[in-house]
Amino acid sequence: MIPAAFDYVAPTSVDEALSALAEAGDDAKVLAGGQSLLPILRMRLNAPEKVVDLGRIEALRGVRDEGDHLAIGAMTPYSDVVDDALVREHAGLLVKAVETVADPQIRHRGTLGGALVHADPAGDVGAPVLALDATLVVVGPGGERTVPAAEFFQDLFETSVADGELLTEIRIPKHTGWGSAYEKFVRVSHQWSIVAVAATVRVEGGSIAEARIGLTNMGSTPLRATAVEQALVGKGAADLADACAAAAEGTNPPSDLNGDADYRRHLAGVLARRAVQKAMEG
Amino acid sequence: MTRITVTVDGVPYSDEVEPRMLLVHYLREVVGKVGTVVGCDTSNCGACTVHLDGHSVKSCNMLAVQADGREVTTIEGLATGGELHPMQAAFHENHALQCGYCTPGMIMQAVDLLQHNPNPSEDEIRQGMEGNLCRCTGYHNIVKAVAAAAGSMSSERSDA
Repeated sequence: MIPAAFDYVAPTSVDEALSALAEAGDDAKVLAGGQSLLPILRMRLNAPEKVVDLGRIEALRGVRDEGDHLAIGAMTPYSDVVDDALVREHAGLLVKAVETVADPQIRHRGTLGGALVHADPAGDVGAPVLALDATLVVVGPGGERTVPAAEFFQDLFETSVADGELLTEIRIPKHTGWGSAYEKFVRVSHQWSIVAVAATVRVEGGSIAEARIGLTNMGSTPLRATAVEQALVGKGAADLADACAAAAEGTNPPSDLNGDADYRRHLAGVLARRAVQKAMEG
Repeated sequence: MTRITVTVDGVPYSDEVEPRMLLVHYLREVVGKVGTVVGCDTSNCGACTVHLDGHSVKSCNMLAVQADGREVTTIEGLATGGELHPMQAAFHENHALQCGYCTPGMIMQAVDLLQHNPNPSEDEIRQGMEGNLCRCTGYHNIVKAVAAAAGSMSSERSDA
């Protein structure tokens, strides 16, 4: 399978990339790591006139310590996120989720920012970014704006990044000392989540002081299970089932060949309990 | 057309390519590295795995223009001076293949795995090879071969 022909530009700065996008209008596509875009182009589900490749913009890669939060460049590959000492120490949940994405080859190329803007509800990066209360930095012709993760995901494959704009940075408040787990249910190890639950907890004296729960593929966007988060406060490891049973409350999961909506609701409760239990262990 | 310069298996190449050309097609049809094969053509099977600047990638899921200025190693570049790479030798000795179609990608991914984890457990080998599909062997001898290569490569290192 071969993509339809397109013009290609590989800018080396964000400003150049914004100009290239402005010039191309709405028939341009941004190429980050390309691990979702390339299959789309090859199957000709999309045939843009211009592809703007961000792969040469060094400033968009890497992780910085910004005091109370980490700043992760949007073009940082999954494998660098997983190996990064700062992310491992201060945002363990992101590591646990990202290391389940696809397979090692895809994780070498795919990027955190690319996946967030692609916004596949079955992708594994939205739920942890939402659960960790990240802030996303978006730049456009009018300058820079910041978007809370809770407002970033708008619908299926749709985010608040408009045509002509770019996601440049993901800011994650430090969750130092929090335990975390990502429980992902799949039939084939390198496939998309049928359902997954991202959980990170702060434990004090054997019980949960604070909890953050994100859900993957339980609706058209990643979701926060805030009722579960509140119900978990004060609970010990033996006492999680009731609080976690409500994980699917208010969700609208899809039905497909992998499972119907009821099955997904059931999975969400089971996976939430497992994820919180593991998160309490570290 | 866009001009790209890519080092493939140690040799620099400079070619005019269409931006839409996939890296795997560049390697096979322009450079002539037909050891790298197209399997599923949907980025699932891993048969087309090569190394880009030392890291495994699926060459059907990348554009050739994205490899401009970079270094690619294919299965054809692993052997040195007529001697099989220890991973190639281990696949041969352990009969880690039947039809052999997945083998170039399997070997390239296995070499990458050992770069990150020189002494993997069986479970870590299976996890590390999750992006490579084999429809013949049931993986048993592939896992055995990767473990054997890990053993021979670590004893080579301790001899050095």
